[in-house]
Amino acid sequence: MAMTDNQKTFAHDDDSVVVVIGSGAGGGTLANELAQQGVDVVVLEAGALHTTGDFLADEWASFAQLAWLDPRTTSGSFRLAKDFPNLPAWIVKSVGGTTVHWAGASLRLQPHEFAALSTYGEVEGANLLDWPLSYDDLAPYYDLAERRMGVTRTNDIKGLPGNNNFKVMYNGAKNLGYSCNTGHMAINSAPRDGRAACQQRGFCFQGCKTGAKWSTLYTELPAGIATGHLELRPESHVARIEHDGSGKVTAVVYFDAAGEEQRQKARLVAVAGNSLETPRLLLNSASTMFPEGLANGSGQVGRNYMRHMTGSVYATFDEPVHMYRGTTMAGIVSDEARHDPERGFVGGYEMETLSLGLPFMAAFLDPGAWGPRFTGALDQYENMAGMWLVGEDLPQESNRVTLNPEVTDRYGLPVANVHYDDHPNDISMREHGYRQGTELYRSVGARDIYEVPPYPSTHNLGTCRMSERPEDGVCNGYGQAHEIPNLFISDGSQFTTSAAENPTLTIVSLAIRQAEHIGRLMQQGVV
Amino acid sequence: MSSPTMSRRVFLKASGGVLAGTLAFASGSIALLAPSRSWAMPLDNLTSRQGEVLLAVTRQIFPHPDLEDAVYAHVVKSLDRKTRAADNLDQVSALGHLLDEGIAELDAAAGGDFLAIDDARRLEILTPMGGTPFFEAIRGDAVVSLYDNPLAFAHFGYQGAEGDGGYLTKGFNDLTWLPDPPQPQGGYLPFEEPTA
Repeated sequence: MAMTDNQKTFAHDDDSVVVVIGSGAGGGTLANELAQQGVDVVVLEAGALHTTGDFLADEWASFAQLAWLDPRTTSGSFRLAKDFPNLPAWIVKSVGGTTVHWAGASLRLQPHEFAALSTYGEVEGANLLDWPLSYDDLAPYYDLAERRMGVTRTNDIKGLPGNNNFKVMYNGAKNLGYSCNTGHMAINSAPRDGRAACQQRGFCFQGCKTGAKWSTLYTELPAGIATGHLELRPESHVARIEHDGSGKVTAVVYFDAAGEEQRQKARLVAVAGNSLETPRLLLNSASTMFPEGLANGSGQVGRNYMRHMTGSVYATFDEPVHMYRGTTMAGIVSDEARHDPERGFVGGYEMETLSLGLPFMAAFLDPGAWGPRFTGALDQYENMAGMWLVGEDLPQESNRVTLNPEVTDRYGLPVANVHYDDHPNDISMREHGYRQGTELYRSVGARDIYEVPPYPSTHNLGTCRMSERPEDGVCNGYGQAHEIPNLFISDGSQFTTSAAENPTLTIVSLAIRQAEHIGRLMQQGVV
Repeated sequence: MSSPTMSRRVFLKASGGVLAGTLAFASGSIALLAPSRSWAMPLDNLTSRQGEVLLAVTRQIFPHPDLEDAVYAHVVKSLDRKTRAADNLDQVSALGHLLDEGIAELDAAAGGDFLAIDDARRLEILTPMGGTPFFEAIRGDAVVSLYDNPLAFAHFGYQGAEGDGGYLTKGFNDLTWLPDPPQPQGGYLPFEEPTA
């Protein structure tokens, strides 16, 4: 029986419901939080409902099942525009959104990262800004999120056991004087919350078949449905948001599974479609009153797109590693996450083990490459260890999501074009990360080192950023649009700056805080 | 290592050939999986010779000296599938034309028969073709199809869907050539009580 079978349903003309667009980390969490308060919520999710039993231990087949493959275009000097021109992002179109695919790393942003402009100062070419909230404002919600998600090494939850890839990282880290452990992960190290302990399958990216990894798919969404206040509508692709003469949003127009246009009235709308679809939707909702798109008086919708400074280092050894066995992100080094401009860049980065199966290693090792250097790496696949570098990239106004009028999706809507140029700071940081990763692996006997370029982005941030002043961003510190009081941004689009850490824990914490705020505003009759 | 069994083969059919050969490494990981040493891969659209040339080209693009032709044949099969002409159109697909022309170009550069020249000469001819639509059609397919099949998994040491049941008791932490990390950094098994 599907979780939607006996759920409470709401009429299309019921204008008392909150409509949440997207069911991932932001949307799924927000919807459940509101439902727990007794607020009626309709969740519109573009993807289909796949359950844990549907997940595939096969990289390409799973990619076809889960990834967002609707057309997108790219421009700019970043390498992805050449290698994967129609796949700037590796995110999910399925109930649960990218929480189905994520690796589970749950790190808090560092206090100074909420004040990037004050801490780093002006950086040429960057559009830095302080967040309108501080670490201390968010800390209580981090506590709630960590407990909810069952993050290891918090709340007396023991760390996950390290796999072979972790052992290599740990020993190298020790040689470099780094600290390393199996991380703060939203993956059960023992049975918890009705979900199993991790069985070390190694298919975290393909959906966790045992449910050991937190995903809104089998936590927040069914919990919300159980309250009788949440209706989940999968395969509902939102086209635009409508408003009335006073500028308040009133309804959401979407295409249902049959391709029929539907209109759901709403008291309040929260957008959580990931940082590419969220601005696209606001831009596609342009009207006479809002000719540049909803909530876009500042012109910042779609701008400041951030995808994290990323890159990977893979190393081969004389002995087998079998890195693909066990959790994909099995160990974390945070020593380089500090802000230390002595290294030649502002902000910092995390080093996290990563592994790809043979099919994806071939696809992502060096896209477009051929010949003996390429095949030599794959010949040593069994003896390979790997890490991913993930660090702060700087917001730039010209890095942006716009509508591409030349290319439309199956509903005739202009698709998102993603324009991105690396900032010199990103390049310096990536080079530093490559060097440190190389040194780490050399210290434990690496034979060959492969510096691997960024993958299609899973961390998409900043395209509807929070700002204190309306002219600097799209929404306030609660994700409420500066221009439209009953329109909220509820995903990573809100991030004012990217910080170094994997964003999911912060997205969930912001969603919990936002739900509390919305509840308060509703009680006060403001929205 | 082009297989003599295969290159001697002559088929008169215009299309729908077959690629066949014999495993080169009798004790390799693939031989352990294979029911016999001989293998054959039927083709629906490409001729046998086209298949042989494409296999030879793929061996140059992604050279793995110890990898069986039987694995490279997956690339030919994948291209063969994609070459299928659109339904109800009695013509060769765009990819089919591209491959026809590319193979003709290779043969011309080889003085008549690309399969008759040695590996070094083949690479010499192919290298300047890098980035051309013909080359990219083969490379782009091969980077997926060559490495996404059970024979390749066995050869390169990737366990694929065997991981579905989890490696918790099947070697996820069996590396012994480095010291085991201490606890608590190294974490705990599901049934283990934290000691620190």
